[in-house]
Amino acid sequence: MNVVLAKTDTARANSEILAVARDRLPGTGKIADLRRQALEAHERLGLPHRRVEDWKYTDLRVLMREVLPLAAAPDAAALQRAAAALKLHAIAGVRRVVLVDGVFAPDLSETSDLGKDVGIRTLREALETGDAALQAQLFAPDNADSMVALNSALMTDGLVIEIADNAVVPLPLHIVHIASGAPAAMFTRSLIRVGKHASVTLVESYIGAEGAKTYQVHDSLVVAIGDGARLDHVRLIEDSREAFNISSAVVTLGANAHFNTFGMNTGSLVSRYQAVIAVAGEGSRVETNGVNLLNGRQHADTTLFLDHAVPNCSSREIFRAVIDDRGHSVFQGRIIVRPGAQKTDAKMMTRALLLSDEAEADNKPELEIFADDVTCGHGATTGALDDSLLFYLRARGLSEKEAQALLIQAFVGEAIEQIAHDGLRDLAIAAAQRWLAARG
Amino acid sequence: MSLLEVKNLQVRVEEREILHGLSLTVNPGEVHAIMGPNGSGKSTLSHVIAGKPGYEVTGGEILFKGENLLEMSPDQRSSKGVFLAFQYPVEIPGVATMTFLRTALNAQRKARGESEFSTPDFLKKVRSVAASLNIPQEMLRRGVNVGFSGGEKKRNEILQMALFEPSLCILDEMDSGLDIDALRVAADGVNALRSPDRAMVVITHYQRLLNYIVPDFVHVMSKGKVVKSGGKELALELEASGYAQFEAAA
Repeated sequence: MNVVLAKTDTARANSEILAVARDRLPGTGKIADLRRQALEAHERLGLPHRRVEDWKYTDLRVLMREVLPLAAAPDAAALQRAAAALKLHAIAGVRRVVLVDGVFAPDLSETSDLGKDVGIRTLREALETGDAALQAQLFAPDNADSMVALNSALMTDGLVIEIADNAVVPLPLHIVHIASGAPAAMFTRSLIRVGKHASVTLVESYIGAEGAKTYQVHDSLVVAIGDGARLDHVRLIEDSREAFNISSAVVTLGANAHFNTFGMNTGSLVSRYQAVIAVAGEGSRVETNGVNLLNGRQHADTTLFLDHAVPNCSSREIFRAVIDDRGHSVFQGRIIVRPGAQKTDAKMMTRALLLSDEAEADNKPELEIFADDVTCGHGATTGALDDSLLFYLRARGLSEKEAQALLIQAFVGEAIEQIAHDGLRDLAIAAAQRWLAARG
Repeated sequence: MSLLEVKNLQVRVEEREILHGLSLTVNPGEVHAIMGPNGSGKSTLSHVIAGKPGYEVTGGEILFKGENLLEMSPDQRSSKGVFLAFQYPVEIPGVATMTFLRTALNAQRKARGESEFSTPDFLKKVRSVAASLNIPQEMLRRGVNVGFSGGEKKRNEILQMALFEPSLCILDEMDSGLDIDALRVAADGVNALRSPDRAMVVITHYQRLLNYIVPDFVHVMSKGKVVKSGGKELALELEASGYAQFEAAA
């Protein structure tokens, strides 16, 4: 009964959203058709709930209940609040692109002097004037997932980044998502194509302006890494403690390509990051590292699907969580090794640190192996802070909280160390310290 | 006033009584050796003085500078001047030794209402102490005790002792796992810290350590009690005759 009611509400809300949003959504003709199909798919499925296997632990009908109205394009006051908030994640030595309430904000961005090897345009431009192949690629994410479909229907802006073949881009590209404070939803999608033998670092930050509370970030990323190319990818989520962040990524790797990704979540009330990583060329390598720091009633779900379709590739997934109070961390890792993908070397590891009796960590590893000459494995550890380490630190003068904080920093630090760029690593450390400081 | 007064201390771990009425008085400037066979309660005594959880004090008291030590948290005891050099110093991956030393020193100073050390002053102090103990700078950048040899771990304990300047040092089986050269370096480090204001309690199974750190008093523990006290010659007597006579006496 409740479920039916919820779905009806959602469907009605969505029709309203589309009616209100239509004149703000870029793209006409074929693109408008694709948006309509996507919205229909979303309406058919409704908000994901616990009986949808992939969303088992993150029931958005209970946690989110409804999709908020599309955020208005930011006015001068919103941009000003965003500019103040930007300082939290502003780091030197990067090329910064800022999206405020889901819309590209040129005045806050620093994209001059990108050089001939880096092409950046907005999603709006790409959907209005881009070629058909690019537009098709932007709609590559599958409508089978209700929230991805919703994102396809309502994506308003984002960045389309193209890195030329053989380009070694020295400075990271940093996309900063800022919510200015309206209780609204923003829908963004970005795409990055890394040319053959090129290398680049992409950073995505998610923050809220001071006073921002309940808002929804709906983001998605399409990644294509060319033969011999390398992408280093960092995601830092420090949204408002009442915000929702529902993000997805679709990544494909060519041959001898390398994808290294690190994600850290210290903010948001409910977050979900789902990534589909398809290793489509031989000799490629994937490394995914993540850490979620949760307290209060924070809920963070990381769902990764690694698709090994060809031989001689490797993947490493190391995922950590620090959970206090009634925080809830979810890690779902699925690895599929398709027939013929011999010599695949795929490993997955999760480590959860529970700081309270009510903290919850759910791990769901799934290995589907259809080749016979592979090395695959997964492991999980869950536990509290080591008492002998705590006593050692306390015997040296640290209070209980200080001793815990130092050990948590060490646990998180092992993950953060994977970030090669100094400024980015410092930003991640600072975000972790803010979480610890807020813990009191 | 005595620095440390342990009076008729009775301690249980789970259902078993380990210390059955132990008494010990230590004055500033004194070095006491506590010797005894395995299982006599030596390490339990050191843990209870430092405040390790898991021990239940069922009787007696411990006064430190006249204050009730048993009411204090381990960190309070530390900032008041109690230092336990661990028998098995733990490894803390991900926490650089330098960061740890600085955090600990400043936490103790803060608790005493003293100002925190500035970075240059701190570095200067650590470097000079580390050099005197043959601790290379590279070791200070590594995780606390991670990949350290047995001797390096013990030297790291002595480094902390020198840095924190406690008034009571308890050395729990400092000689375990050390070869003779490592033992000499560690003992030299400890001897350099002897002072009229500072007392030391050296817990050891073997007399060997006491050739290097010469005590003023020797106490023999057996079955949870001090069964004999004397001067440094008592250690030599033990070396010759063994613990058996005391186990019978206890």
